[in-house]
Amino acid sequence: MYRYDQFDARIVQERVAQFRGQVARRLSGELLEDEFKPLRLQNGVYLQLHAYMLRIAIPYGQLSPVQLRRLAEIARDYDRGFGHFTTRQNIQFNWVALKDIPDVLDKLAEVEMHAIQTSGNCIRNTTTDHFAGAAQDEVLDPRAWCEIIRQWSTFHPEFAFLPRKFKIAVTAAEHDRAAIRVHDVGLHIRQKDGQVGFEVHVGGGQGRTPHIAALVNPFVPEAQILDYLEAIMRVYNRYGRRDNKYKARIKILVSELGEAEYIRQVEEEFAAQRPGEKIDLPASEVARIHAYFAPPALAARPALSKTLEAAKAADPAFARWTRANLHPHKVAGYASVTVSLKPLGVAPGDATDAQMMLVADLGEKYGYGDIRVSHAQNLILPHVALDDLPAVYAALDAAGLGAANESRITDMIVCPGLDYCNLANARSIPVALAVQKVFADPAYEEDIGKLHINVSGCINACGHHHVGHIGILGVDKKGEEFYQILLGGRADEKAALGEIVGPGLKADDVPAAIHRVVEFYRAERTSPAEKFIDTLERLGHARFQEALYAAG
Amino acid sequence: MPLVKVGAEIANDWTFVPDGAALPEAGRFSVSFTRFLGLKLGQENGPLPDGVRLAPVDDPAQLEPFLPDLALIEVDFPRYTDGRGFSQAQLLRRRYGYSGEIRAVGHVLRDQIFYMHRSGFTAYETRRATVSEVLEALAEFTEAYQPAADGPGAAFRKRTGA
Repeated sequence: MYRYDQFDARIVQERVAQFRGQVARRLSGELLEDEFKPLRLQNGVYLQLHAYMLRIAIPYGQLSPVQLRRLAEIARDYDRGFGHFTTRQNIQFNWVALKDIPDVLDKLAEVEMHAIQTSGNCIRNTTTDHFAGAAQDEVLDPRAWCEIIRQWSTFHPEFAFLPRKFKIAVTAAEHDRAAIRVHDVGLHIRQKDGQVGFEVHVGGGQGRTPHIAALVNPFVPEAQILDYLEAIMRVYNRYGRRDNKYKARIKILVSELGEAEYIRQVEEEFAAQRPGEKIDLPASEVARIHAYFAPPALAARPALSKTLEAAKAADPAFARWTRANLHPHKVAGYASVTVSLKPLGVAPGDATDAQMMLVADLGEKYGYGDIRVSHAQNLILPHVALDDLPAVYAALDAAGLGAANESRITDMIVCPGLDYCNLANARSIPVALAVQKVFADPAYEEDIGKLHINVSGCINACGHHHVGHIGILGVDKKGEEFYQILLGGRADEKAALGEIVGPGLKADDVPAAIHRVVEFYRAERTSPAEKFIDTLERLGHARFQEALYAAG
Repeated sequence: MPLVKVGAEIANDWTFVPDGAALPEAGRFSVSFTRFLGLKLGQENGPLPDGVRLAPVDDPAQLEPFLPDLALIEVDFPRYTDGRGFSQAQLLRRRYGYSGEIRAVGHVLRDQIFYMHRSGFTAYETRRATVSEVLEALAEFTEAYQPAADGPGAAFRKRTGA
């Protein structure tokens, strides 16, 4: 993984010193909350319902065991013993005292971490495929480019006060696990005639006006991609709407101008760049950063592990876990493991300090020191030998992390909702947990197969309800929480926005309604191999809607 | 209001003349972008200013032919959250080659000044920060990742010795 050199280290240390001064000025009253707000926001500090919340950047979702242990220590020493992994592959702590935040940032800097640009109207953490470097279907490891984008976007002097926040995602695989089409900018790394380049999508997003991104350029050569991003950012900074924060995201600029005119403006700005404006990143620097992401030295192993097969035969729960939580690795004899943070009855994406310590240990012992956070709010050990899977599972299961539900119906993406967030209109965690209960039988859940349920507690869509196969959106109607159900969303390479299918339901009615939809799917699917989303697309929404509202 | 330029407080010998007000016969002054273009293009008669004030919406490209005559470009930040002035300054410096003073005016906060400096600003007029705070803000960071208007000293160039 990437390691800081003197430049990175100094930039982060100076940032901590700067923020320490800002916090001191706030605590002394010299800075008013209103003036402090933009400063704390660019350091990941939000003022939530109960306390300040600190969001820490996990660049493109990668952690070393040392870093994950440090996060566990922060959870233990400064929070209430847990942290919450987010859909931006970051972690947030909900109970850190403002006066302690500079110390926490110091502790993070010691392990090459920070909270820079995890909030505010700037370029946020760049996300990517959580199987990057391990997936069979990638053309190259996208992390080097994520790191280059991280550096380019960090304290970019021109783009720190954008009309609104800005999110970039990168994939290098045909199957998009990074949801690039619902990002402000989505980059798909491709190879053409031996050259590396980027397919550039702009203007995707969720929130109150969801959009699938427009394809703006099918191939920008790698040597030009930062200059091209500068053109995209400058057009947005100059012409994005600033009169209404709900119309300020780049998706609105693209849709109001129309794709053709938007593309013309970006191309015109790009063409107008003079030689002195070009970033001109040397190929040697690109190669230097790629070298940090060299694959681990994985010893050759047989594709079939006798140890694994024997353990599967002996333990049906383990066998089920291997069917759900493994992803094929590009090297035979290895797999990528999803450590589910969605056990029954726990706020999705939460992990305790002890659980983080355990995953750090497993990453060190079995995972070549590489740990990832997925945008679905799980942890990943991307490189584990098949022979080691029984030991890894046993340790996870003993710590309450053995749920066999990756991409299954109980593996929901859920925002913190009204339990924590001051934007929310409704609670999302209790509804998610109630739905989980209906599908608590592992055999039943496995029979249902792949099905994404995403839950948001308000229209801002932090729980990605627009792109869940089933989306659940909490709304407030005259002081009462209601939940609208959406059908047919997806975040992958066939990205689509879900449709609200009818009037909102009371919280108590949601689990049974979802159950009816799932039962309708099971009755109608051509075979168990036909996934929920495929049956839904084949039959259309109307009949699913009938099932949803059928009187119990 | 303190005016800080190139590391020290200086006296402000410029006056901004609002639209509609009479232009002074002597002394240095700036006018709005629209009025500046009007005077330059002969749509209004009067003494020609060598200073102009840009609102966020103004396009610096239109100033390009007149840049050699300008000694001061003020970039107005009506609200600190409006970051269009950063792009205006970068364009003036890096695309159009303007080398005179670019002065940030309006809602200029201490903690934006480092970004302003990197974007090409050379002077800061602010009632929100003391002179020593402005100087402190300018010195908070010694390294930068990306080239900008303050020179090509990005980290990757230093790393590679390019």
